[in-house]
Amino acid sequence: MSTSGNLLFLIALLPFIGALVPGLMIRAGRNACASFTAVPTAIALILLLTYAPAVMDGEVIQAEVNWLPQLGLSASFFLDGLGLLFACMILGVGLLITLYARFYLSGEDPVGQFYTYLLLFQGAMLGIVLSDNILLLLVFWELTSLSSFLLIGYWKHLPEGRQGARMALTVTGAGGLAMIGGMLILGNIVGSYNLTDILQAGDAIRASEWYLPALILILLGAFTKSAQFPFHFWLPHAMAAPTPVSAYLHSATMVKAGVFLMARMWPALSGTDAWFYIVATTGLVTMVLGALIALFKDDLKALLAFSTVSHLGLLTMLLGFGTEAAAVAAVFHVINHLTFKAALFMTAGIIDHETHTRDIKRLGGLRHLMPLTFLIGTVAALSMAGIPLFNGFLSKEMMLEEASHTTWAGSHYAVPVLATIGALLSVAYSFRFIKHVFLGPVRDDYPAKPHDPPFGLWAAPALLAVLVVLIGVMPFLADGIVAAAASAVTGADLEPHLKIWHGVTPALYMSVIAVIGGAVLLMMHAPLDKVWINARRPEAKAIFDRLIAAIVALTQRFTAITHNGAISRYLAIFTVASVALGAIAFLGGGLSEPTRGILPIPAVIAVGWVMLVVATVSVVTMHHHRFRALVLIGIIGLTISAGFVYMSAPDLALTQISVETVTIMLLLLALHFLPKETPKESPFGLKIRDGIIAVVAGAGVGGLAFAFMQRDISTISSFHVENSYEGGGGTNVVNVILVDFRGYDTYGEIIVLGIAGLLIYALMHALLDGPAARRLRNADYAQDRSKDRHPLMMVVVTRVLMPIALMVGIYIFLRGHNQPGGGFVAGLVVAIALLMQYMASGFAWTQDRQRIEYHTLIGFGVIIAGVTGAGAWVFGVPFLTSSYTYVHLPPIEEFELATAMLFDLGVFLTVLGAVMLMLYSLSRIARYAGSTVNVEPMDYDPASRVEDGSEVR
Amino acid sequence: MEILVASAIGAMTAGGVYLLLRLRTFPVILGLALLSYAVNVFLFSSGRLAIDMSPILSKYGEASYTDPLPQALVLTAIVISFGMTAVLVMISLGAFLESDTDSIDIDQTETDEDAAQ
Repeated sequence: MSTSGNLLFLIALLPFIGALVPGLMIRAGRNACASFTAVPTAIALILLLTYAPAVMDGEVIQAEVNWLPQLGLSASFFLDGLGLLFACMILGVGLLITLYARFYLSGEDPVGQFYTYLLLFQGAMLGIVLSDNILLLLVFWELTSLSSFLLIGYWKHLPEGRQGARMALTVTGAGGLAMIGGMLILGNIVGSYNLTDILQAGDAIRASEWYLPALILILLGAFTKSAQFPFHFWLPHAMAAPTPVSAYLHSATMVKAGVFLMARMWPALSGTDAWFYIVATTGLVTMVLGALIALFKDDLKALLAFSTVSHLGLLTMLLGFGTEAAAVAAVFHVINHLTFKAALFMTAGIIDHETHTRDIKRLGGLRHLMPLTFLIGTVAALSMAGIPLFNGFLSKEMMLEEASHTTWAGSHYAVPVLATIGALLSVAYSFRFIKHVFLGPVRDDYPAKPHDPPFGLWAAPALLAVLVVLIGVMPFLADGIVAAAASAVTGADLEPHLKIWHGVTPALYMSVIAVIGGAVLLMMHAPLDKVWINARRPEAKAIFDRLIAAIVALTQRFTAITHNGAISRYLAIFTVASVALGAIAFLGGGLSEPTRGILPIPAVIAVGWVMLVVATVSVVTMHHHRFRALVLIGIIGLTISAGFVYMSAPDLALTQISVETVTIMLLLLALHFLPKETPKESPFGLKIRDGIIAVVAGAGVGGLAFAFMQRDISTISSFHVENSYEGGGGTNVVNVILVDFRGYDTYGEIIVLGIAGLLIYALMHALLDGPAARRLRNADYAQDRSKDRHPLMMVVVTRVLMPIALMVGIYIFLRGHNQPGGGFVAGLVVAIALLMQYMASGFAWTQDRQRIEYHTLIGFGVIIAGVTGAGAWVFGVPFLTSSYTYVHLPPIEEFELATAMLFDLGVFLTVLGAVMLMLYSLSRIARYAGSTVNVEPMDYDPASRVEDGSEVR
Repeated sequence: MEILVASAIGAMTAGGVYLLLRLRTFPVILGLALLSYAVNVFLFSSGRLAIDMSPILSKYGEASYTDPLPQALVLTAIVISFGMTAVLVMISLGAFLESDTDSIDIDQTETDEDAAQ
């Protein structure tokens, strides 16, 4: 544990940083994009290899940074043998693919985009194999699903590409969701989300009663990713991707993520019957089924895709066996499969590129035209068939060896026989690849004239083919990395010796049977193919499409029922749900005994109560007459203000009464343009339904309030009362709370109020620019207009009242800190004083005399409040900390100056500006509705009559 | 006295909810106003009822005070609910002027016709 792991962060980050470059230099051409993709990959690979010696010695490199420790999520990476193997594969094959794709893609494709996606994917994959935290691993896991979606759908103009991408995302994404559940359960059992901890807690995990759910959920994630039966169907459809993607994602890396995960979790999850029967059986079935389908696929890439499915099944089965030898075989086969299958995919890509077809039935005889491709393809295919001297033979022997002594549900024959059949089919389709593509007579009907590709295209598969032979002939070369990886998988110190000749073993017999049987099967391919084509087979894509369509239809029906566009239905559902939740909470918890006495009922309160209830009932019964209902609402509001006065809340009473005034004015203004009556259109049944909902909701809330008032709870209120004077410098505790203790809340609230004002102003403008303006102009509002709209008496009285009202406002503002009042109330009072002028003397007259825009008031208010708060920083105290002092200026009484006062000024200005802007906006609409513009304050001015002697102006 | 306050809250809630479920904008606005009264009084009552115990500190010695915290909350709630009512009024006014109906539910046939045009 001596080597510093800090470079691991860099390795994990490099692809993501590098991903930015090709995307930005999309116009720079293929060479530049490919080079800038290769550079971060190569650097990451070199950095990784600096760790290789230490890891091969059995060291585990670790690096950790806490990210969200509250969630147990840390950005921690570790590198052991298994991680090293996979990381090398990801980066190494990544380099080869970068080169290959440079020549494979045409200049018309958006190459920069491709390389960006490729690097994103590479980074996500690296993240999976390096993560030491399962939550982090999940993040990267989902990232591979997303980036592979982008890569599969890279050719956006191809419908198969888009459908394949969607299918892959749906299946792997759903699996990923299941895996999240499983991983969380696992983390819960162990008490840590660190992989290192989890791997050491295998016994606790297997003993837990949550083991089976966790296992199944995690395996769902792994099986979907690694295309195991019955989730295998997405992989062939993902073949619509460009071939470099198929070679990289769908043979070498992403589909191995599931295998990697099972290998990673091997110490924690394996070793039980459940593990054996689920994993090994799934693998076995997938292996045989995939190989069978591959034999009859005519599309080269589909053949390879199903062969990949089959080999992934093989790997899964080996891991499922749960023995150390099987783990060694699995690790070794991961390497071998990577080399031959990536080479084969690239070969298929070359053939497609040169002949413009991938249909095996249109190919054949290519060995003469493309000798180099023939050589590479044949070497790789022979390895896939498991022919000696190629690396595929070695791991297949080991697999057969393991299978030969595996007992499945008491049967000694099931696994060996099926494994042999799988191997046999594998031989058959591998030979078919060689025979039907390269051998046979040269044809003269290829869609394009084939010849060997340029160096850039064959270099990568050739290198892989060399590896195939090298490992095949000298397997000891792979000893070190296989040992390191297998030791990491099993947790035991393994030292396998890979060799070609194991002696005459059951595996050898099985191999011989497979090769001969496969060759024979291929000879019978033509008649078998007819049978296969005519047989009725379940088509996975059709089933998948039907399933998706059914789910979509179901959700649409549900949406149609619950979201029919009728807001009254939403509100009803919402109310019923709230009441139901309240009822559940009430019934579930039980009620403690009342701890407070009941106050007596004074006569005045009883009178108020009667007024309130009668008014409420009247609003409900008379709401069709809108003016009447508005008057009743006013009565309710005033009664409540009176109640506040009585019940020791003078500030609330002041606020309520002034808000009530402006609310009623606002509603009156709006009602001018709205219908004056509500039509009686609700059916009787609806009324009954709503009535029941309303009564139940009312009873619930009332009951809750009653229960609440009878009980004491501990509150933080005494703090405010005790510290109001010393801490906040004011005796009106409510005001001190608003401008000091909870100043931040107030600051937010005035901003909300300001936004509401501006929103209304903006709505008004939007409205007056639209069809509504036309409608307003054409509507006839004249008939409900008074003959004398601006009566003399009212104009004069409001003029006289104006300074008095303003003085009251200022007084209420100034005394607010110590006595009932403050910025909120003062703002409302001044607003009412101004509104009186609008009402009495008319909009235009008042507007002419208005010097400051209301928007400006809002802005200044918020700024003053904010700057006052920020001023506290100058003195090194937190935002909105207030301070105060007492000033004695003769002849005035000693008074107090507090910064909170300045904050309150901000509140005052914002409230004033917002309220005025709201009512002003509504009044503006009246101008459009044909109201005459009055420049004179009074319609009938007695003074002017005296001057010019005329009776009527 | 608690029973009166609680029943008043209940009555206003019931009235508010009933009006909220009507099919025209104006009753919905009235319902919302009623409901905000109910909610404000409910919040206020969570500080328990008290008479002659205003949270204004007395200069003349010890006195007991009612809970000031709910009052501060309700004070801003009153002002904010005015703002929200105003926005709602403006939206419903706009909707009425644009569509010539103050019905709050989207009439399926009507929108289909609009789409067909």
